Amino acid sequence: MAKKKKKMPGLNTSSTADISFMLLIFFLVTTSMDTDMGLARRLPQPPDPDQEDAQIDVKERNVLNVRLNAAGMLMVNHDVMDIKELRARAKEFVKNENNLSSLPEKHVKEIDLLGPCFITDKHVISVQTDRGTPYNIYFEVQNELVAAYNELREELSRQKFGRSYANLTDEQKVAIRAYYPQKISEAEPKNYGGN
Amino acid sequence: MAGFKKKEKREMPEMNTSSLPDLIFTILFFFMIVTTMREVTLKVKFVVPQGTELEKLEKKSAVSFIYVGPPTDQLRAQMGSGTRIQLNDRYAEPREVMDFVAQERQGMTNQAEQTISIKADQHTQMGIITDIKEVLRKSWALRINYSASRRN
Repeated sequence: MAKKKKKMPGLNTSSTADISFMLLIFFLVTTSMDTDMGLARRLPQPPDPDQEDAQIDVKERNVLNVRLNAAGMLMVNHDVMDIKELRARAKEFVKNENNLSSLPEKHVKEIDLLGPCFITDKHVISVQTDRGTPYNIYFEVQNELVAAYNELREELSRQKFGRSYANLTDEQKVAIRAYYPQKISEAEPKNYGGN
Repeated sequence: MAGFKKKEKREMPEMNTSSLPDLIFTILFFFMIVTTMREVTLKVKFVVPQGTELEKLEKKSAVSFIYVGPPTDQLRAQMGSGTRIQLNDRYAEPREVMDFVAQERQGMTNQAEQTISIKADQHTQMGIITDIKEVLRKSWALRINYSASRRN
């Protein structure tokens, strides 16, 4: 019973390369996918050395002074307050719905898509910190201020365009941003005593 | 320098492709290692603050990182526990940030979009952050990003 010896056909491995290529691509994509998150801010331009005092006089009613001391306590204009209340205060300040004389002055400004608007484009939120202020308190304040602007923009976007701000076209976003320009200025830190 | 034997003329054998997957696997591992290697060895430890209004850090090629925090546990014995700034793989002073920014900018194709991501420990004092920000302003690196994690 001598069997005829059959030659084993070789396994076709040509597709293994494709499989590993797929893996390669998968890993390439996933490794770059975990993007870092953060609060994006823009710093003001460096002061011009030729210009002696670039101090722009801003009316008192147009400024919301947010001060943080070394203990992480928050003072807005002349009131000590909790960080949780800051967002509502900032919204009230930027919006000035009833055109109160204690809140920023309003001007009529022509904005594309929205027409003439009565807005508080001269307002400034000034954040002043102490050198000893904890970073997370400062971050929290920045976060709340950005949140205030984002909420205002969202409200306006729903009211004018009936859609969420995130779903607007680029031109519409520009219009909304012109209505509520983000004006957060950062003053030099001061030592309010106590290191 | 013994003589090399002259080879006889042979029929060309079909190329063996069985090692091709191995080759590609090697590339795969290379990329896997390289992508994790790009992150510098951290010499400071930090827990970033938490926020809600975060944006994703896009265009990674234009992002440079500045780490701020106390030295890691292994290095604490030598370096003390004061807050330090880390640029690339070493500790630095705030004024060195300017050179760092310029150096990083040189290697970028989209220099106008250069973003500095500040990864600072939440218990850092603002003094050092302000110093960094002042230097960044002077070196015209105006786009910054305070690194944070999402709060649930």
